[in-house]
Amino acid sequence: MPTFSEKYKTLDLDRPLDIAATASIASVERILQQGRARSLEEFAALLSPAAEGYLEPLCHLSQKITQKHFGKTMRMFAPLYLSNECVNVCKYCGFSRHNDIPRITLELETVEAEARILHKQGFRSILLVAGEHPKYVSNGYVEECVRRLSKFFPSIALELGPLESERYQPLVAAGCEALLVYQETYHEETYRSLHTAGPKKHFHWRMDTPERAYAAGFRRLGIGALFGLHDWHREALALASHAEHLLQVCWKAQLNVSMPRMRPAKGEFEQVEFLKDHHFVQLITALRLFLPHAGITLSTREPATLRDGLAPIGITTMSAGSSTEPGGYSSFDESTFQQTREQEGEQFHIADERSPKEVAAVLARLGYEPVWKDFDQSLVRA
Amino acid sequence: MTQQTTQPLRIGDREFTSRLFVGTGKFSSNEAMRDAAAASGTELVTVALKRANLSGDSDPFANILDFLESDRYLILPNTSGAMNAEEAVRIARLAAAAGLPKWVKLEIHPDPNYLLPDPIETLAAAETLVKEGFTVMPYINADPVLALRLQDVGCATVMPLGAPIGSNRGIETRAQIEIIIEQARVPVVVDAGIGAPSHAAAAMEMGADAVLVNTAIAIASDPAAMARAFAKATQAGREAYEIGLGATSSKAEASSPLTAFLNA
Ligand code: SF4
Repeated sequence: MPTFSEKYKTLDLDRPLDIAATASIASVERILQQGRARSLEEFAALLSPAAEGYLEPLCHLSQKITQKHFGKTMRMFAPLYLSNECVNVCKYCGFSRHNDIPRITLELETVEAEARILHKQGFRSILLVAGEHPKYVSNGYVEECVRRLSKFFPSIALELGPLESERYQPLVAAGCEALLVYQETYHEETYRSLHTAGPKKHFHWRMDTPERAYAAGFRRLGIGALFGLHDWHREALALASHAEHLLQVCWKAQLNVSMPRMRPAKGEFEQVEFLKDHHFVQLITALRLFLPHAGITLSTREPATLRDGLAPIGITTMSAGSSTEPGGYSSFDESTFQQTREQEGEQFHIADERSPKEVAAVLARLGYEPVWKDFDQSLVRA
Repeated sequence: MTQQTTQPLRIGDREFTSRLFVGTGKFSSNEAMRDAAAASGTELVTVALKRANLSGDSDPFANILDFLESDRYLILPNTSGAMNAEEAVRIARLAAAAGLPKWVKLEIHPDPNYLLPDPIETLAAAETLVKEGFTVMPYINADPVLALRLQDVGCATVMPLGAPIGSNRGIETRAQIEIIIEQARVPVVVDAGIGAPSHAAAAMEMGADAVLVNTAIAIASDPAAMARAFAKATQAGREAYEIGLGATSSKAEASSPLTAFLNA
């Protein structure tokens, strides 16, 4: 079975790209009628200008499909940044090697203290995030973090530099449930121009990470593209096709897709093309119609009003009250939920600054139950 | 409305008047879930253990169990999320240790998308848990041979699906469910796929002993009202079954009898 990166080399995106540009109103209506996009071509049609005119019915259908599979619920999670040390140069990222920011890898005690804060806020599902650094962020360190946190976090996910399958195994054994790795851009040339130094240069190696993670036993896989780096139609098509491949090959894994949009960060990076709000909505509905069972994650990169609008039309997983700086949670004021100091070491600046409690209250008002715990450590560990 | 009394249903050491079982996932709030369960008149609710706090402490962020009065309902823990027998057995034991009833709805689905049950792992887990004294109710595909094998190892019921979970497509596996019912020595609970009260009634008319409904109630615009609708349909289907529906096809008299020559 070829891996996705092998398949990708010969994947013809020109035809679906053409459909995404020129699809007819009739073809969009047909997809709406059948209630689902059954091929990459149909997915492409949903990205088209023709589909833009059907945003309202597409949102309704997307909501219906999502509620059928996920109910009127929203899974809540929080990222915990372990380290902002990074050997990579990624032009759009605040942690990029040449950026002059205070660098830190949290001591285990601090990790636990940060996690306790999140636990107190209600989170039972946590995403450990770290830059890529063989010295500071080594396997033993992350494993130890997982071991400590698994005592009070039923679900632990990771977002780290890609590893070999064998190096993922101890992390699964320690209690990790999920692995997230975003391709950033699926356009190889753009990828090379943005990742100029460090192991992240290797486009194909990164692309096959979810499959290596699956082989190691992770049961939830997250993929995504960072929108704003390249043409959004192309990124969406590649992402959808990656998801389609993983659903076939990694059939035991729950798949989650993310479509983060660029946020301001340290460095001089200018985004190529900002994904407009209505296109963002169109993209979410297209993904939902093509991947009815996939989780779709929305982070605090997006502003509050937009998040509240998107929550009922296809999103299944949300973070809230996030800090993207290692050690950032301990500087939140507990009563006002304001940062008590400048977040100099953050990866990017979040847009929805509401507390988890506030977000949960809004979800409840929208008719959604925030689900904090949806996994149990006893499933993965004796 | 005068309620016709139908025969009670016996599973393990418990007796149930209502033949409608309800699931507790997918509701817009725990309050909506509690109200729907009450309105359904059910005496058995199933709860995903992965959503509950099994440590014994109360956790306001994983408190689904706090919304279910244990004197009103039998709380049937389910193993949803388990991908194999080992995981299912582990989480069932943990639930029992946490003080939940020693009952389990075995749900083992390695494919997280369609949530179709794994027959091999289900049989293995059932065998282990029955030996440990659990009352085991396995969720299965509508496979008559598997249903028999599960009865042989001591399961208290079998729970074949009408259609995939959450699909609301009704009893699409009718032909196999009919065989399962015909051969069953334990109650048959039709689980999954029941999207409308008419589906529940159809299952009951076929002779199913009970139905389990979740998605169709949970995502209805008024879950409690929908729960009542399901309760009536389930009851009506059962009544019809007990009265005996005219067996239309096999005994009908043809307009020109083909056996008339025998009387000549
Ligand atoms: S995107 Fe990741 S790998 Fe790149 S610089 Fe930032 S932290 Fe490092």
